[in-house]
Amino acid sequence: MSTTTSVEQATRYEAVIGLEVHVELATRTKMFCGCAIGFGGEPNSRTCPVCLGMPGSLPVVNGAAVESAIRLGLALGCEIAPTSQFHRKNYFYPDMPKDYQISQYDVPICLRGELRITVDGRERTIGITRVHMEEDTGKSLHVGGSGRIAGSDHSLVDYNRAGIPLLEVVSEPDLRSAEEARAYLAELRAVVLALGISDAKLEEGSMRCDANVSLRPVGHTVFGTRVEVKNMNSLRSLGRAIDHEIERQTRVLTAGDPVVQETRHWDEDAGVTSPLRSKESVDDYRYFPDPDLLPVEPDADWIDRLRAELPELPAVTRARLAGLGLPAPQVAVLVDTGLVRVLDAALAAGAAPALAANLLTNDLVGWAAANGTDPADAPLTGAALAELVGLVADGTLSTKLARQVLEAVLGGEPGGPRAIAEARGLVQISDTAELEAVVARVVAADPAAAQRVRDGNAKAIGALVGAVMRETRGRANPRLVNELLERHLHP
Amino acid sequence: MHALLTASAPELLALQEAGDASAVDIARAHLDRIAATDDRVHAFLHVTADAALAAAADVDRRRAAGEPLGPLAGVPVAVKDLFATCGVPTTAGSRILEGHRPVYDATVVARLHAADAVVLGKTNMDEFAMGSSGENSAYGPSRNPWDLDRVPGGSSAGSAAAVAALQAPLAVGTDTGGSIRQPASLSGLVGVKPTYGLVSRYGMFAFASSLDQAGPFARDVAGAALALEVIAGHDPLDSTSIPQAAPDLLAGLERGVEGLRVGVVAEFLATDGLAPGVKARVEDAIQRLGKLGAELVDVSLPHAQYALPAYYVIAPSECSSNLSRYDGVRYGLRVPAETAEQMMAVTREAGFGREVKRRIMIGTYALSAGYYDAYYVSAQRVRTLVTRDFADAYRRCDVLVGPTAPETAFRLGAKTADPLSMYLNDVFSIPSSLAGAPALSLPVGADERGLPVGLQIMAPVLGEATMLRAARALEADLALDPVPSGANALEAPRP
Amino acid sequence: MSLTTDDVRHVARLARLALTDGEVEELRGELSAILAHVEQVREVATPDVPPTSHPYPLVNVLRADEPRPSLPPDEAVSTAPEAEDGRFRVPRMSHSEG
Repeated sequence: MSTTTSVEQATRYEAVIGLEVHVELATRTKMFCGCAIGFGGEPNSRTCPVCLGMPGSLPVVNGAAVESAIRLGLALGCEIAPTSQFHRKNYFYPDMPKDYQISQYDVPICLRGELRITVDGRERTIGITRVHMEEDTGKSLHVGGSGRIAGSDHSLVDYNRAGIPLLEVVSEPDLRSAEEARAYLAELRAVVLALGISDAKLEEGSMRCDANVSLRPVGHTVFGTRVEVKNMNSLRSLGRAIDHEIERQTRVLTAGDPVVQETRHWDEDAGVTSPLRSKESVDDYRYFPDPDLLPVEPDADWIDRLRAELPELPAVTRARLAGLGLPAPQVAVLVDTGLVRVLDAALAAGAAPALAANLLTNDLVGWAAANGTDPADAPLTGAALAELVGLVADGTLSTKLARQVLEAVLGGEPGGPRAIAEARGLVQISDTAELEAVVARVVAADPAAAQRVRDGNAKAIGALVGAVMRETRGRANPRLVNELLERHLHP
Repeated sequence: MHALLTASAPELLALQEAGDASAVDIARAHLDRIAATDDRVHAFLHVTADAALAAAADVDRRRAAGEPLGPLAGVPVAVKDLFATCGVPTTAGSRILEGHRPVYDATVVARLHAADAVVLGKTNMDEFAMGSSGENSAYGPSRNPWDLDRVPGGSSAGSAAAVAALQAPLAVGTDTGGSIRQPASLSGLVGVKPTYGLVSRYGMFAFASSLDQAGPFARDVAGAALALEVIAGHDPLDSTSIPQAAPDLLAGLERGVEGLRVGVVAEFLATDGLAPGVKARVEDAIQRLGKLGAELVDVSLPHAQYALPAYYVIAPSECSSNLSRYDGVRYGLRVPAETAEQMMAVTREAGFGREVKRRIMIGTYALSAGYYDAYYVSAQRVRTLVTRDFADAYRRCDVLVGPTAPETAFRLGAKTADPLSMYLNDVFSIPSSLAGAPALSLPVGADERGLPVGLQIMAPVLGEATMLRAARALEADLALDPVPSGANALEAPRP
Repeated sequence: MSLTTDDVRHVARLARLALTDGEVEELRGELSAILAHVEQVREVATPDVPPTSHPYPLVNVLRADEPRPSLPPDEAVSTAPEAEDGRFRVPRMSHSEG
């Protein structure tokens, strides 16, 4: 090892990363009013005096949102606070109807949990500081300029999103690399999907992630200056943004400069972060307990009931699926996409695991990618999948034809797999008498090939099989065709 | 004076049932009275004459058809401009909400309609209920019908002035630190601040959420009790609403005070600045209670002296947050500016009056980093101490009595220069507000200038029935004329 | 408790009030006097006394997760000082928050 390198070059830094993840809950109504939650629709069509912050309106807590928070807390091994309170976070912004956000502050509903992640085969436990409930803001459309806030002429505000319940999950600064951050977010997302409390779509913003990134010399225990990075809307973008931020801070420190404590915006296209606002100008949020709302005090019975109703969590699911003989990469796809729900329903209806899993992870995932939709949104029930698997297992459909039927089902064709297969004439011919006749015709039509087979050239049978398949438009049961040809040519 | 104008709410119900007056007669008499007198009283910011007459006609039609009617059928009510009224201007006495028409009705308003009351319009008030004289209204002050050079008290200035001026038999106000009781005292009316949570706050523009409470004004105890029964009761739209049905307040009203233990708050009567004329009337009323069979008990509220400073931390803190929403984005005034942030700041600067800005500033400061514990949390601890004082007192008595306000109606402009002197008007009303307990003001006579004096009767949480019963006994014994001495003169054209 | 004009300006910025210089000076005096008065609360507010934030103690006031009708969209923006395409129109925003 050379000792001639300079001190600066020799200093190696370790990244310290914590994530703040916002999960938009899939409750039927908003956090504090009865407005329905939904996508699309006219601007401000899902608003009322409460979520518009009209004078005199008052919030009332959605019990289902509280249950979702407790369920996530239990899944993450958190303590459920015997009493928790809503606070007001005061700051002015046009997309916030009351110019304060109802959130939780020093007494959040869930405290001190953990999440296990695996990176490069190594398992790590990441601490969860807290999970708290809050309300979402409205959305602003920036008009003029490039459509971004900078350079815009004016903005138009839609409060349909305002008041949608959010859970904020804050991790300890236990993550050390972009890979770990990605693994953490993916695992948290899998837990949320398993609980069914959110559709957790990073791309659509129903799951949002901010990263706190700092560096410190390897071996040091004191944290460096922290930078908050925002606007990552995929796992890939989270990884890229953190890698970029680590590189940037390394350059700053290596040049002997201090890292500035600030919030930075990740620009996905440019692949860089840029300052959003510096912490010096940060508002004083003047938190205080919201006098319009009362404490939430879940008793032991309530918590026990929710604990008993918890679904299987991803780590357990993975072990169970591995136990069914499914390979690890396939298990990962099933869990991360949430397709495990469809699989489990199909298994419950008697489907063979490997066939069912293949149809999901190969065919359905491929179809979703080609159609630009989320696999979890694919219109396939477990019962339909089981029916399709049954058709393959009993030889009615080849796996190739099964894919066609699956695509028809996904395309919205009614009737179910069997009816679709029959209607399209895709059902495999396994009728021996019917195939015998075809085989006889094919052998008679190509006596040369038949002779080569009789002479012991086993490969020559392929041409005859192909001819049978052509004649039956691919519907002949290949195994049966082989059998019949063998019997015909080697009596 | 027109008999329909001096009649109480129960009397108006009886007149209609007997066929001696129609709801339209009653509504028209009061609307005429408003038209004839409000240029001087300025109790109303907005009169809904057409809607009132239509509602009255509907009551008459349904009565004629033998259909069931609500408990306030055909009785006119004036509503403080702090309650959202769907499609009807609601300003909270503020420039920042000039012309604002809410898209929904406050629960209190909806309950008045459901009870078949006839809503006459919206009454003037100190801006966002901050004030004790009505002079903080952006639309000019209301005047006291007992003496037009004097204030009717506040913040529910117009509600008090309207009932005192015989423009309405009933009015609804709100009381955060005394805004019903103090104007009731200064205007010679019965004014009730109920238990916090008894009346829904939904649709009542928030000043200090943990203290705000709606309640009635009337010229008689029975009218106030009737109105309170109508507006009280659980509302699922207000999380702080007590989950109980409205109490029956009329049934035991005439039961008297025999054996009732009445606590006399020593600190209140010993307060510097308690006007001698007020003290004399209050002491006389207390002696009358004793003669009527009540047991008089001396009690102490040792932390009451800290209630006023605690209130002036808690109320401004909550108001600073509650009034953030008036930012020029969704409703109300907007003053144009380059950026959204500037627009908010100049809109709020132009739209809020002096007292509101003062309280927003105090509250913002008290909640800001580094001061929160010293001010807000300390004030909340004082709140606990005051509540404990009341709990101790109520171990030995059923109701407490003392003055409602330290003095009678003062002249317009007398206190506007010194905010602290104005704040002292609420020194006796604030302790019950902090404890969330009910209290009322009952007229008990006049001072040497002929201005009304109010006795405050306080009760433990949900003790409204006992409190009203004591008030009724004293009211019957005093047999005062509730009509202001100058009420007839109001009809005369301005000199 | 005596506030400086800088204190007053800082608080006014937090409260989004574009106060005039005259108001800043007036409020400096008034707020100082009021704060001096309310500071009395610290005399008796010892840590052993728990704070009261709600006068009537209730807990777990929860709503069933059942939709109620929203406002018609044109009604939602009917109160707006300025609206465009069913949205509330505001001048350009100067920075991002939250």
